Amino acid sequence: MLHIAGELTIYRAAELKELLLQALGQSSGDLEIDLSGVTEMDVAGLQVLMMAKQAAQALQRNLHLMNHSPSVVEVFEILNVTAFFGDPLVISESPA
Amino acid sequence: MNLDAALKTFIVESREMLVDMENALLTIEQTPDRDESVNAIFRAAHTIKGSAGLFGLDHIVAFTHVVESVLDHVRDGHLEIDDELVVLLLSSGDHLGTLITAIEEGQMSASEALDGVTVPLLAQLRTYVQRAGGPALADASITVSTAVATTREDDARLERIARDGTDPRSHWHISLRFGPNVLRNGMDPLSFIRYLGRLGKIVGIATLPDALPPAAQMDSESCYLGFEIAFSSSASKSTIEGVFEFVRDDARIRIIPPEGRLQEYADLIRELPEQDIRLGEILVHCGSITQHELEEALSIQQNALADAQTAGQADPEVPMLGKILIDQQVVEPQLVDAALEKQKRIIEKKSGDGKAQENKTVRVDADKLDQLINLVGELIIEGATSSLLARQSGNPQLEESTSRLSGLVQQVRDSALQLRMVKIGGTFSRFNRVVHDVARELGKDIVLRLSGEDTELDKTVVERIGDPLTHLVRNSMDHGIEPVERRLALGKPARGTVSLNAYHDSGSIVIEVGDDGGGLRRDKIFAKAVERGLIDPGRVLTDSEVYALIFEPGFSTADTVTNLSGRGVGMDVVKRNITALRGSVDIQSVENVGTTVTVRLPLTLAIINGFQVSVGGSVFVIPLDMVEECVAYSDEGESHYTNLRGEVLPFVRLREIFDLQEPLPSRQNIVVVRHGRQKAGIVVDALNGELQTVIKPLGKVFQRVRAISGSTILGSGDVALILDVPALLQEATEEVPSIPDP
Repeated sequence: MLHIAGELTIYRAAELKELLLQALGQSSGDLEIDLSGVTEMDVAGLQVLMMAKQAAQALQRNLHLMNHSPSVVEVFEILNVTAFFGDPLVISESPA
Repeated sequence: MNLDAALKTFIVESREMLVDMENALLTIEQTPDRDESVNAIFRAAHTIKGSAGLFGLDHIVAFTHVVESVLDHVRDGHLEIDDELVVLLLSSGDHLGTLITAIEEGQMSASEALDGVTVPLLAQLRTYVQRAGGPALADASITVSTAVATTREDDARLERIARDGTDPRSHWHISLRFGPNVLRNGMDPLSFIRYLGRLGKIVGIATLPDALPPAAQMDSESCYLGFEIAFSSSASKSTIEGVFEFVRDDARIRIIPPEGRLQEYADLIRELPEQDIRLGEILVHCGSITQHELEEALSIQQNALADAQTAGQADPEVPMLGKILIDQQVVEPQLVDAALEKQKRIIEKKSGDGKAQENKTVRVDADKLDQLINLVGELIIEGATSSLLARQSGNPQLEESTSRLSGLVQQVRDSALQLRMVKIGGTFSRFNRVVHDVARELGKDIVLRLSGEDTELDKTVVERIGDPLTHLVRNSMDHGIEPVERRLALGKPARGTVSLNAYHDSGSIVIEVGDDGGGLRRDKIFAKAVERGLIDPGRVLTDSEVYALIFEPGFSTADTVTNLSGRGVGMDVVKRNITALRGSVDIQSVENVGTTVTVRLPLTLAIINGFQVSVGGSVFVIPLDMVEECVAYSDEGESHYTNLRGEVLPFVRLREIFDLQEPLPSRQNIVVVRHGRQKAGIVVDALNGELQTVIKPLGKVFQRVRAISGSTILGSGDVALILDVPALLQEATEEVPSIPDP
């Protein structure tokens, strides 16, 4: 389980990319990413998640997004990418 | 954090835009090339809207959008820009200023208080949009204005429209492929799509990750995503295109209008890098076309491909650019122009040149500057002391060194003072608005003419001259400029002129406020002054003495009191403010031709070049800029004038004025000083030469003392008094040496 908190934006995209790839490289099996702490997300952030999803698929592994924060949900809904990740949108209880 | 910085830039830029807009609005009536002004106003509104959209400031977007619609009609010639519209647009600009100030204070969305202004303004603006009555465009814009009116009901209504639209092709289709640098340039595609949502309803959207490379090659700051959007809106094509104005160069944008021909979709599918079938499905998926239409479109394309002798499935790697571009509907020249201009500005700002420009100016706290000036003042005094000591020590090397030092100190002083010099133009241009508003209020047609805007003066003076000037300008407009009928009867142009002029003159800055109005009525002022008991009925006064009476407290000759002026308060305040700045004010007036009020102010308030003179043991300083020449003088009794190369030169004796009981020396001198048009002599014992003088204000106790404007500390540590030359001149030129206290 990987927690991502704070901004999921271009300012941190490079850092997050490394983080996600590392997480993929270290663990085996499914990777779960907890998004409950994401306060802000932009297209750069979204791309990094998509990249991770595709990378996981290439490794025949599953990547699940969990506890989408309201900011994440908003972006997912605007851009209609929920289906891409295939994870149910469950709004986390803790307000981001 | 970064957003904060960007928001600050937005606030600053928006303010600049609003100033541009205001200036363009105010000058539009005098500008022969109206289009240019209208474009400038449009650009301002458009840019503010665009940037506000990026920050999600929906209330600003909604408001500017309607302003923009009105301007759009003006630009198209559907609407004539008249006085009323100018006023409405000015108020809209003011309101935008208020909204932006609110944002600066952290209020990011509309509030009830602000809506109180927004709503009536919007209503007024909409009547213009409706009046324009241009066919399709007007129609679209009205609906758009309601669509973005930020109320929930409107959104709901739009949604219903969208649901009701059963034919998928009733939607716009927008295809977006952003360039890799979009994110790096600080633009988030998400903002554009969010903003698009304000113009209508996004019926369907598909995000295409196809271009996303494998992890290793991915640059997390490049943009790879593409978007296909089915969009339901009654906005015009240019409005929708306007959403993407900021990324026009960085993205491939195709907009297919509702009822777009299948050919266009076919072209779209072929042009885009994704595989045809997949893309077709996406189009169906996002609701822009039906499955059946897709098949038709694909077959159209297959035929086209066959024609091009490309067998079988289209190769997605071969872009068929430039073949059947739908540019006839994609590109609207005016928008491209606007976009190019904006782009150019952005590029200029980003490029090295822009940066160099930015670095050339440094913002410094006024306090820090004042501190510097104070220190320079101390330096000057201390420098004078050491020069004196060096002279007394008789050490030639030391003397030489201190002399070089005082030269340097002088340069430091000059450049330090220069730092505080600002052009008066900034203050002047504020009056455009004042004149416009006041003229409207008075129902007079008045134009403001500015000259000498480049004249520089001390910032502290600028700050304190604004109010008195405003009063003088208002006064000119209210009392000076006659009603139109009277002007015409006198054979003057119907439009009155108020002018502001500035120039430097012997160490002072002169600001003239003139009008071509009725002039001052000497007899009326005289009668009024007698009535008020200010003067004796039998007294003989020069014109300028009579005019000066209007600066007496409680003096007003206006027959009617308007809410602008005429209550007799104000002119005395003007005089007091100017006197407090060690300045003077003078009036020239010709009946039925006009009045000019001349305000004369010292260039700076802190440090001046002085000319040191003495009477017996008392030392005085005269501001050097006012000194014309010095002549030797031998006292000839009691006269108060002398012959200076055939001219009568009135003079005053400092000995008399300050009642100095010192023995008369064998030789005296006259220092000839000039202030404005007046020239007079000051009789002193000895001339001690130039010195740099730091003006120290006198204590409250000495406030009522005449002829002294301040004090300074000499190198020896003694205190010298600085002579108030204007007051002395008045004394010298007056027959009876008694002047009312200013």
